[in-house]
Amino acid sequence: MTEAPHPAAERVIAPALEMRGITKRYPGVVANDRIDLQVHPGEIHALLGENGAGKSTLMNILYGLARPDEGEILLDGSVVRIAGPADAIARGISMVHQHFMLVPVLTVAENILLGAETMGNAGFLDRREASRRIRELGARFGFEIDPDEKVGRLSVGWQQRVEILKALYREARVLVLDEPTATLTPQETKEIFAVLRRLRDEGHSIVFISHKLYEVLEIADRITVIRRGRVVGERIPSETNEDDLAELMVGREVQLSVDRGQSQPGADALTVADLVVKDDRGREVVHDVGFQVRAGEIFGIAGVAGNGQDELVEVITGLRRPAGGRIMLDGRDITSSGPRELHLMGVGFVPADRHRFGLVMSFPITDNLVLNDYFSPPFARGLVRNDAAVRAQADEAIARFDIRTPSPTTPCGTLSGGNQQKVVVAREFDRDLRLLVLDQPTRGLDVGSVEFIHRRTIAKRDAGTAVLLVSAELDEVLELSDRIGVMYRGSLVAVLDGPSADREQVGLLMATGGRGGVTPPPTPDVATA
Amino acid sequence: MRARIWAALAMPAAAILLALIAGAVVIILSSPIVTGHFDPLLPLATYSAIIQGSLGSVNGLVDTVVAATPLILVGLSVALCFKAGLFNIGGQGQFLMGAVTAAGVGAALSTAPPLVAVPVAILAGLVAGAAYGFIPGALKAFTGAHEVVTTIMLNYIAYYVVSYLVTGPLREQGASFARSADVGNAAIPIIFNQGTGHEAHLGILLPFIAAPIIWWLLYRSTLGFEIRTVGANPDAARYAGMRPRMLVMLTMTVGGLLAGLAGAIEILGVQHYMPAAYSTNVGFEAITVALLARANPIGVIFSGLLLGAMRAGAPLMQIQAGVPVQMIDLLQGLILFFLTADILVRKVFRIRAKGGGVDELNTVGRTYGGQTTTAP
Repeated sequence: MTEAPHPAAERVIAPALEMRGITKRYPGVVANDRIDLQVHPGEIHALLGENGAGKSTLMNILYGLARPDEGEILLDGSVVRIAGPADAIARGISMVHQHFMLVPVLTVAENILLGAETMGNAGFLDRREASRRIRELGARFGFEIDPDEKVGRLSVGWQQRVEILKALYREARVLVLDEPTATLTPQETKEIFAVLRRLRDEGHSIVFISHKLYEVLEIADRITVIRRGRVVGERIPSETNEDDLAELMVGREVQLSVDRGQSQPGADALTVADLVVKDDRGREVVHDVGFQVRAGEIFGIAGVAGNGQDELVEVITGLRRPAGGRIMLDGRDITSSGPRELHLMGVGFVPADRHRFGLVMSFPITDNLVLNDYFSPPFARGLVRNDAAVRAQADEAIARFDIRTPSPTTPCGTLSGGNQQKVVVAREFDRDLRLLVLDQPTRGLDVGSVEFIHRRTIAKRDAGTAVLLVSAELDEVLELSDRIGVMYRGSLVAVLDGPSADREQVGLLMATGGRGGVTPPPTPDVATA
Repeated sequence: MRARIWAALAMPAAAILLALIAGAVVIILSSPIVTGHFDPLLPLATYSAIIQGSLGSVNGLVDTVVAATPLILVGLSVALCFKAGLFNIGGQGQFLMGAVTAAGVGAALSTAPPLVAVPVAILAGLVAGAAYGFIPGALKAFTGAHEVVTTIMLNYIAYYVVSYLVTGPLREQGASFARSADVGNAAIPIIFNQGTGHEAHLGILLPFIAAPIIWWLLYRSTLGFEIRTVGANPDAARYAGMRPRMLVMLTMTVGGLLAGLAGAIEILGVQHYMPAAYSTNVGFEAITVALLARANPIGVIFSGLLLGAMRAGAPLMQIQAGVPVQMIDLLQGLILFFLTADILVRKVFRIRAKGGGVDELNTVGRTYGGQTTTAP
């Protein structure tokens, strides 16, 4: 193998990584269709595509987790066969997954050493040497890290750095990052980008997988767009824009930001007062939160994941009992109402975790569409279910919400994430609602589905429904909300006007709770993703 | 539709086939002990004797159905609980409680008119079984105690309760061994008897009534929808406004009812009294029955008949082939093994996993309220 030259300015003839004509077929689908990808040393190469476009398959092939049917992989110009992840790592390819592969109870150093233990004399771990190298690596890329800190005590942004350090410690030259900013605040994203740029300048090759168009435009040197297993275009950020990329990615023109129009808020529909909530372990995670959502407005709650939003939503939707405070809907006390009662009062709820709450994956679409309506006419009379009515409802919902499925009786578990969410949305949106609670409604969805759900949400608002939107995606909150509340460590630290809210300001509130400061300290409250 | 039925049958068929092959190996290896010489054809003789003994004559068929009756009823109990995400190992205890209660009430009503005595005794057994199923259901709902642990413990309690009652308060004075008194008029009428010692009671019709009812309950009623939702995803059930605790208790109670019913009609239809040392394994064999049917109530009829046929064919197997009746236990154990060694069997026969389908075996390894372990 040739020695990779370091100076970034010098473009070497052979790319650090080249994938040529990669084809991978699964029964009934071509996941990768003659994909070509070249990543040069000192380049950040973005891989852009919707869910199911074939990005993961391609990266799994690179990482040795899947074998291509056709095509070859070249490292520094010579053909290699990658036998598995261990082989990939040995050849200098490292992957940072969306869900971190870290052990929270171990220290930074221990996590980095896992699987790459440096042996000292007599086969003992040489911790001191490892700590020294970790510090040194961190310093080289512009951050100071304590190798002896427990990973569970680090914020998500710092855990990301540990993942990157892990790769660097193994002397990775090609670094693949899968949706690295999905759980970060804007500030943390900026900091990670700074690290990535340092890496690039040192001659590393970075494959950056993302669906956030503006981020890709900001960080990437080149962008490869994949759609349905094929490369549909390659762009340089200076010669493209978000609309162009979105169109390439989806295959049709997409409206990236919905036209939210003017809201016509009415009277207070939902009133939350002095709400105190404890988590399963009995810790108080929501402190004296109070706010109102008016009929016909969208109230967004922004916040880094794990700041009490989950518990707040569970209480409002009747899944959890509050430790104190009151919740009113249209003047009625619903503090101790359960999900069934709320449903009958006209409360719709799209839960954050559709696998856990929103759907029964083994059930067909038909049954999932009536999951909370199965007992009422026309879907049942007394104890007897009416299959024909359930089926008719499904046919209609599938058409109206554009759910892509081979049949209404297909189990939800076999649908794509976007279509699964459409089933939930169809069920929860498709009736007269007083209150609609949306918890991370578009997490992990492709651009087309996001657009669809956002438009439906605006339509619901315009029909006079009070909408409570909770999302860790700041952009989503900014785009849809008429008013924005920011949650920080269980408190509602600010309520701002939506259309005029400043991205940086909200980001800072999310990260610090408004108590100033520049860089947030590692927050112990933030759980591992 | 047809393809789906074939797909559903593939796994059980493969498990049975592998069990027969593995059983054949054991039979061949033990042939020197059984016949005095090495006999590679002994498995054929064994299996054909089982078939002949169970299906080869009217008497054989009668024995098969009679043996299958409790297996199907308790199998329905296990299958129903599987659908609710519960692993009911307590069929044995619920069966015994139903049996001893029916025996006691039957003995007390032995001189009453049959039209009163039979239904009352059956009802008593059924209620006892239901109550005995309610206990682990309530323990689970309110304390989170896992039903596998509690039902196993309750099985022991039932065994000793039977032993105490039959050697104590219910013991018939003057009997040569510890047993309850004969149920007399409370005996379920015999509908088939050719005077050859092979008889069938009216109760053999019950499984064929119960199975469609359970099927209807699960797949056509709102209650069944709730039960299946709780079984597949308890969190989603709560989200949808269902009451998982109530459903867990209810399902375990209905499960106990079915097993208690099986115990009652076994005593009132076949045994006519309760011996202190009542030897049965029906509660455990029912687990095989339910798994073989993939927890489908209609399928339980067929898997119950299959296991019943193996029991009915056992005596002829011992006479003709000289293979001891314990061979049946071995075969059933092997079937259970290959059913649970799902991945192994799929590899051997290249059967593709059902996409998105809930696997009743997941129930075995799952704790209530925990994350659903359905594979993607």
